[in-house]
Amino acid sequence: MTAQAPDIRSVRARRTFWENAKRTLASAPFSAWFGMVIILIYAICAIFAPWIAPYGEADVVGKAYLPASAEFWLGTDQIGRDLFSRLIYGARNTIGIALITTMLSFLVGGTLGVLTALMRGWLDQGVSRIVDAFLAIPVLIFSLMLLAVFGKVQFFMEHRWVLLVIILGLLDSTRVFRLARATAMNVVVMDYVESAKLRGENMRWIIFREVLPNILPPLITEFGLRFCFVFLTISALSFLGVGMQPPTADWGSMLAENKTLINFPAVGFPWIRKPFYPAIAIALLTVAINFVVDWVLHKTSGLRDEH
Amino acid sequence: MHPVLRTVLQRLGLGVLTLIVVSVVIFSSLELLPGGYAENILGQGATPETVANFKKELGLDRPAYVRYFEWIGGVAQGDFGASYSGVGGTNKREVAHVIAPRLYNTFFLAILTAIIAVPLSLFLGVMAALYRNSWYDRIVNAVTLTTIAAPEFLIAYLLMLLFALKWKWFPSLSTVGETTPFFEHLYRAALPAITLTLVIVAHMMRMTRAALINLLASPYMEMAKLKGVPAREAIVKHALPNAWAPIATVVAFNLAYLVVGVVIVEVVYVYPGIGQLMVDSVSSRDMPVVQACALIFAATYILLNLSADVVSIITNPRLLHPK
Repeated sequence: MTAQAPDIRSVRARRTFWENAKRTLASAPFSAWFGMVIILIYAICAIFAPWIAPYGEADVVGKAYLPASAEFWLGTDQIGRDLFSRLIYGARNTIGIALITTMLSFLVGGTLGVLTALMRGWLDQGVSRIVDAFLAIPVLIFSLMLLAVFGKVQFFMEHRWVLLVIILGLLDSTRVFRLARATAMNVVVMDYVESAKLRGENMRWIIFREVLPNILPPLITEFGLRFCFVFLTISALSFLGVGMQPPTADWGSMLAENKTLINFPAVGFPWIRKPFYPAIAIALLTVAINFVVDWVLHKTSGLRDEH
Repeated sequence: MHPVLRTVLQRLGLGVLTLIVVSVVIFSSLELLPGGYAENILGQGATPETVANFKKELGLDRPAYVRYFEWIGGVAQGDFGASYSGVGGTNKREVAHVIAPRLYNTFFLAILTAIIAVPLSLFLGVMAALYRNSWYDRIVNAVTLTTIAAPEFLIAYLLMLLFALKWKWFPSLSTVGETTPFFEHLYRAALPAITLTLVIVAHMMRMTRAALINLLASPYMEMAKLKGVPAREAIVKHALPNAWAPIATVVAFNLAYLVVGVVIVEVVYVYPGIGQLMVDSVSSRDMPVVQACALIFAATYILLNLSADVVSIITNPRLLHPK
């Protein structure tokens, strides 16, 4: 009774969350660091856009097609709006909408996936077959069609982004559903889920406390990739002229608006032709996210294809 | 019945079923339109008689299932109905007539891309797998990771800037007509084809490499090596028969990806294909054309995936030689 149990903590103190985070970050390769820094810069631009941008989102501040100067860092666009300011606002609009869309698709797809894995039976069969049909149609093609159908509804004409979020979120949720169901399938047969069921826990507890924490790592990396995909699809739709509508600053539509300028040599400091600014902004973010996801995948799953 | 034949027939049946379901989905999405199509087109001020007349002219006054079977029956015979753009006028346009030349152009582009991209990426992938972790492998890896992440339009505009504007090797806009001679067509479609090639070669090459590396690590390859089988023979006789299935999946998956990529690339280069037609029809809300394009895209997508399935079944040695 009196024998002193050795205090395990004194032997080797447990690392705190921040110490762990620091150690993990220290082991990150250069590409992952590069990706994280880029993502951080984008996030700052998106959150603090009104404070960073020198001019307003839709303000006509000068003549059209002005070259880069001290006043307008990247020049002006086809009706004389500051391109640099619009690029920063574009970060807010494009990334924000892509983020909301991805969250919606994970909410719907993830919940349905876990639920069907738990319930099985006719619900699983029904949802899976419907999802299979949706998977057979490419997202871009299907969303083009749905945009044509719902494009003239009064509410969506005023709030185009809501339509984009709903269409892409629901279409993308079919892809999330597949992964969530497949990973949850491996977890729901575990003994601890069984014991929770026998204990009489309700569905909410089983989903959020037993299953979800155990399928989170693959879902998080998938979140990065799905975000990239949604982001590229939104940009593509806007580029095609059926996504975000003017005067909202959005990288896809900015590319379409400025595409004729590809023939004009750039004047002034950043010697890149104007249509490439929004295009590079899009590409840089997807490259950055891919680098980070690549690193996380390597770390969590030991997925090494070498040897 | 031979097990291979049975599995193939099962797969084909499943494919046909998927096609039917997809056609129902595509058709019914138009029915979802709140307020109906005619009211939306004619606007708030239209009298009920105008709406009724308009509906009658388009055949929208009959129940949806009747129209579905008419539509799908027509599609099976290559008749996609009449385009909405000529309604009420004297020159009624058949959707099939609008689509046919566009479809030819798109397939021309897709086949051209496939002819360049498939052998190139298989070669690059096999080389990367054989000389893995060498400097060649690293460079190819880094380059492909970047091109995968870059959106199609960035690659397209970059190529346009370099090849069309700077060096003037190719025209910057790929305008072709029905009378364009074959080699002129080839020349004008070159830039879009190169863009698409760059986009899909990266995917295909990486997946081929991964599939082969998986195989090269398996015990029977080790055995072959220990037995003293020459490297080339080991690959051709031992690895390749097992690699056909993953490679076919890779190729089909990426050709299916072309279906999406083609839309953006056609718009960038103003190439008169079916992708551009679809985008235009979405803007003008010409529903029969949109439906027809969506159905063609979806059918191509399904057929490609189906053929990958079939190839992987009929090349599976375990199924070919049942016990």
